Amino acid sequence: MDLLSNLALGFATAASPENLLFCLIGVILGTLIGVLPGIGATATIAMLLPITFQLEPVSSLIMLAGIYYGAQYGGSTTAILINMPGESSSAVTAIDGYQMARKGRAGTALAVAALGSFFAGTVATLLVAIFAPPLTAVALQFGAAEYFSLMVLGLVSAIALAHGSILKALAMVVLGLLLGMVGTDIYSGTPRFTMGITEYADGLNFVALAVGVFGIAEILRNLEGEQDRTVLGAKLAGLFPSREEFRRMVGPVLRGTGIGSVLGILPGGGAVLAAFASYTVEKRVSKTPEEFGHGAIEGVAGPESANNAGAQTSFIPLLTLGIPANPVMALMVGAMIIQGIVPGPNVATEQPALFWGVIASMWIGNLMLVVLNLPLIGLWVRLLKVPYHVLFPIIMAFCSIGVYSVNSNVYDLYAVAFFGLMGYVLIKLKCEPAPLLLGFVLGPMLEENLRRAMILGRGDPSVFVTRPISAALLVLTVLVLVVVLLPSIRKKRDEVFVEAD
Amino acid sequence: MKSYNIDRTDAAAGGMFILFGLFFGVQALGLELGTAFRMGPGFFPLVLAVVLILFGALIVFNAVKAAPGAEAPGAIAWRGLMFILPAPIFFGLTVRGLGFIPSIFLTTLIAGLASLKMRPLHAVGLAVAVTIFSTLVFSYALGLPFRRIGPWLSF
Repeated sequence: MDLLSNLALGFATAASPENLLFCLIGVILGTLIGVLPGIGATATIAMLLPITFQLEPVSSLIMLAGIYYGAQYGGSTTAILINMPGESSSAVTAIDGYQMARKGRAGTALAVAALGSFFAGTVATLLVAIFAPPLTAVALQFGAAEYFSLMVLGLVSAIALAHGSILKALAMVVLGLLLGMVGTDIYSGTPRFTMGITEYADGLNFVALAVGVFGIAEILRNLEGEQDRTVLGAKLAGLFPSREEFRRMVGPVLRGTGIGSVLGILPGGGAVLAAFASYTVEKRVSKTPEEFGHGAIEGVAGPESANNAGAQTSFIPLLTLGIPANPVMALMVGAMIIQGIVPGPNVATEQPALFWGVIASMWIGNLMLVVLNLPLIGLWVRLLKVPYHVLFPIIMAFCSIGVYSVNSNVYDLYAVAFFGLMGYVLIKLKCEPAPLLLGFVLGPMLEENLRRAMILGRGDPSVFVTRPISAALLVLTVLVLVVVLLPSIRKKRDEVFVEAD
Repeated sequence: MKSYNIDRTDAAAGGMFILFGLFFGVQALGLELGTAFRMGPGFFPLVLAVVLILFGALIVFNAVKAAPGAEAPGAIAWRGLMFILPAPIFFGLTVRGLGFIPSIFLTTLIAGLASLKMRPLHAVGLAVAVTIFSTLVFSYALGLPFRRIGPWLSF
């Protein structure tokens, strides 16, 4: 069995003592920052990204993946305990989780979230292992035109799932693409948009942009209305769900895993949609729908499983095609490029240890989360009581050190301040920053493939529609756009996101 | 004829996109455009800039006829902006000259002042703690190539 030997290689890589250690550090750090209210997975990874650059590529990606699950898990803890979701995907958890906490069942809610997530993570990891190789084989047939069309599809789908105005999200993607153009032109060597600053000749630093737009902008937003928050669940007695509660969570966990796995593969932040879809489904199939919103255990178990399964399967497009499905995956692409790995179908064949090691580490990371976090919940609760005004200067100091340590380029620090301001302005103008980051990462790849396709097609743009795969992808893109812009769907979409706010 | 309700948030967002589009577009015109066969460095950015300006204009247009009752943008974290944003800039300006230790101490202190709740003495204490911790972790343990005390301070 190919799959078995591959998985064996993966586990051998991921279970080496140092990789286990980095996975552990990643999971703990991710949870630590993810627990902080208002800071979701994306901001957490953006801020912790620089730490991983000193490591080997495999260890670095394993640690990043660990940070990702940790942050997601930490986000649910915050959602349950103080009703303040760090990320829209845990907004659903907050609805019933917080109500459970108010009834003194915080411990159970956290345990249900952890167990559901672990089950979903296990199934989804297996799915990644099964589906990644065949997709890689398909991806190897791709030429420049196909890649261009695929990226266009990815960018457009990302918009479909962004909050708020579609037009603004489209504009944000284009702005991100333009920011990605800053730096030296690969074909002619001409510096572009650097304003004469030679330090920007290699392009704007991806870490600086991510830290600024996500991390610093978040801090500024949290400083707007400084208020004390009440932490629930002083007593966390009764951590483990009762037999009856176990029985009630099986169905939602299974359904959530299925929904999450499918939606996660779709480009455009599947985890959020997965959580909402699961909540809606559970409410519909439940015999006691009136319990939802008042602490229904199904309302925690389903969405938490869905969101974790989605988080996991969103690695599939990244690992097979090198195309990020959501902002977190965009951060992973940035990390891979800095490590000298070109994301794409070749990773699986050229670096099997890395490819399978990362997949195996997903499962190990999830296991660590369950084993570690259930006993550590008390610690996270205490962390929530640390006042914000003590935390953010620490975060600022580490961000500064981290960004500087990537290239020892002081101009990156100026870029952080600029993007922090820009990110804050964007929040104020109700523009979602995620499409910007996606555009920024894909910008250079998009341009390179466009130019290459045009050269191969002798300047005839019809190459994009005469090659079948490329044409199919473009048709899909148009379909996505049409569907998103249809008035009825638009209304549904607004409703979903209104519930989130 | 009823008066127009302008969604100011959207109008400002659209305006911002137009400005960014102009910024990139004007510079792209100064680059070699090339042909569709062999695109020059300015071709794709110019296309993007034009698209961005169009989107910006559409957003402004929609804002003017937007539904009434658009909410105000809410409080602005002026104090945060004044102290948070300069912190990394200050670190960039001084990390080579002053050296890592004094630079990170002052950076943390500046960031700490962004909150009204932070008492000055606490801010100093926090900055000392962060400095000790990060010097140990980043400089000694991870071995990042920072000069701990820079040339400005050595006589």
